[in-house]
Amino acid sequence: MTVSDVVRPYGDTTGDGRVQVSFTLPVPGVSAADRALGEGAALQLAGKMGLAPAMVVHTKPIGPDFTFFIVYGRVSHLVDLSAVVVPEREFEVLSPAEVNLRIRTSLGRKLTVVGATVGTDAHTVGIDAILNVKGHAGEKGLEYYREIRVVNLGAQVAIPDLVARAGRERADAVLVSQVVTQRDAHLSNARELAAAFAAAPASPASGRRPLLVVGGPRFDPSTAAELGVDKVFGRGTTPGEVASYLVHALAPAAGGDS
Amino acid sequence: MTGKLNLDPAKVARARELAKRAGEPVTKLATTHTTVSIERAVLRLAGLDGADQDGMPWVNRLTDAVRDAVGLEHGVALPVWDAMLAGGYPDLRTLAGQAADGQVKFRIPVSGEAVGARELALRSARKGTAAIDAQRALRSELIAATADPPAPWIYLIVATGDIYEDIPQAQAAAREGADVIAVIRSTGQSLLDYVPEGATREGYAGTYATRENFRLMRAALDETSRELGRYVRLTNYASGLCMPEIATLAGLERLDMMLNDCMYGIIFRDINPVRTFIDQRFSRQVHARAGIVINTGEDNYLTTADAVDAAHTVVVSQLLNEYFAVEAGLETWQLGLGHAFEINPAVPDSFLLELAHAQLVRELFPGAPLKYMPPTKHMTGNVFAGYLLDAFFNLCGLMTDQSILLVGMMTEGIHTPFLSDRDLALENVRYVRSAAGRLGLSFQPDPFVVGRAHQVLDEALALLERIGSEGLLTAIGDGTFGVTRRPPDGGRGLDGVIERADGYFNPVSEILGGDAE
Repeated sequence: MTVSDVVRPYGDTTGDGRVQVSFTLPVPGVSAADRALGEGAALQLAGKMGLAPAMVVHTKPIGPDFTFFIVYGRVSHLVDLSAVVVPEREFEVLSPAEVNLRIRTSLGRKLTVVGATVGTDAHTVGIDAILNVKGHAGEKGLEYYREIRVVNLGAQVAIPDLVARAGRERADAVLVSQVVTQRDAHLSNARELAAAFAAAPASPASGRRPLLVVGGPRFDPSTAAELGVDKVFGRGTTPGEVASYLVHALAPAAGGDS
Repeated sequence: MTGKLNLDPAKVARARELAKRAGEPVTKLATTHTTVSIERAVLRLAGLDGADQDGMPWVNRLTDAVRDAVGLEHGVALPVWDAMLAGGYPDLRTLAGQAADGQVKFRIPVSGEAVGARELALRSARKGTAAIDAQRALRSELIAATADPPAPWIYLIVATGDIYEDIPQAQAAAREGADVIAVIRSTGQSLLDYVPEGATREGYAGTYATRENFRLMRAALDETSRELGRYVRLTNYASGLCMPEIATLAGLERLDMMLNDCMYGIIFRDINPVRTFIDQRFSRQVHARAGIVINTGEDNYLTTADAVDAAHTVVVSQLLNEYFAVEAGLETWQLGLGHAFEINPAVPDSFLLELAHAQLVRELFPGAPLKYMPPTKHMTGNVFAGYLLDAFFNLCGLMTDQSILLVGMMTEGIHTPFLSDRDLALENVRYVRSAAGRLGLSFQPDPFVVGRAHQVLDEALALLERIGSEGLLTAIGDGTFGVTRRPPDGGRGLDGVIERADGYFNPVSEILGGDAE
């Protein structure tokens, strides 16, 4: 183990461990007595966070019931670089420009995505958050990607209709979102979707069925194989993650991506 | 404030003339068609509320029943009030229940029967417009009794998804200095072809716009307004497939400002262009009557397109929004035209370019309460740099006399704002306002800023010339705004557009149009 495997935060001197944190406590801070109590509370929290010594450099009441603090202190913890674990991601999250470039260089044509909610589910919230230009969580939807052609069929599409339309549009991928989960309808719909595409003729372009992607707040992302689809996205998925996955699966970088 | 840029009045007049020319064919569409949501708004204004056991509003059930029986070409009012007269129903709610069960036989009344139905429909609709008038008068009284905050109004957002969480947050934001509270809507509400009912506690990244949620929030802010001695305004979204109905509910529940853009739903939500233009005209007539300030959504263009390259599309859209708004009866003080501070800070002279754009908009629309939006696209996880950028945004807004400042959060794009984020953001505004609030008076733009403003106006004129010759619907189909192509026959909601037959009757349009007063 080399010396550099153990590090501390750097303020202005190696090893000084100095950091800054800011937080709000639900305590009043207007009167001098309240302020003193609040600063004591802030220092106690700083101590429990491993900051010793710590100093409250800013105290500001926010309304009658809250107080905001900025604290500087010396953190007592050591960071062991040899014990850092970088989680392995199945695919790299790319920017829209990178996604477009990958599609252009790898596919040489636009990537076609057909999206819908199926069965009785009238909630288009999920599919629209991923597909509409407006997007979700500060990211633009797939319509924003120049190299992705989006066909959004909306809500309550019958699975046979979806299969037929995907064939006509020569879809590279089919995205299905399910919000309604009564009696596990989202799971049975996903299985039905997989079976219908398995039984349909393969795309003449790729020789295989389109990539099947399902998503919704109640899905478990580890159940793709069990449901017979290629990928399952759970709560909080952003359009950028979906676009990156599509590129990973359908437009691999030269030299391989996985 | 005007005159720093020396804009050529002939060019400005030409731009307005071209916007009018582009808009007129669309207005013609709106006066020769109706939509399911306009017809439902008529029923709402006449007092039909509530929903069936599945949560489907009675206005939807009744409108659908009429459409199935006799179509909506003559409007929903004639067959509905004819049935009321013929069946002796005590109220619309009873009629709607019976109609949903298939127990009502609708027809298009003629001659004497039509006269009776028209009179009854007008009487019912007048109760609704009278309620809107009363709310408008009450707003004036409350503003007179408290105080109207000075410009720029400070605009803050709440968005918890739960109306009962939104209320204390909104009240806290008002106490922290907000003059305007906007309740963000649940993601995707714009695509619902009905307005949900009742108080709601579950939304996706926002809270459903419902009449009861409107009422609860307005009542809470009235209480806070009295406590603070200044009138706190409430904002929501009249957009999407139910734009006319939400505008109506906003008027009935005394919302003060409404997001209401002529093209936003088309570009960003893939709602059918024809549906949108028809719906926006009716919704703007209602807003005009209710004394509501509309906010337009030009800031959105700059989140998809480059803020320098697309600056002129903002001006073009503002001119179109102005034409449609004035045509629908809105007055200049009601035109909260939108724009944004979204130029990449890495661009040299970016602040000067922002000044040029903001000053241009100010001088093009001198009496309008312009709504200026803070940076979002170039806010990174570096909250310290973001705080600085927000300060420059505040400075630009104050120097160019913007009217409504949406307060930027340094944690934009990271999370919904912490209590402390909001407090720091307001401290930022307060500092810039007290330090440099009058800087506009001593600011004279140099030739670079003036030249840039002229360039944007020229580019806007060129684009308007093109739209004027090819038509607005074609331009939208070409992908002129934002980055998306939206053909006139595409998108959601076209099946809810109906061409009016001879003898079409809409009591609300008659009242708002002034010909039935």
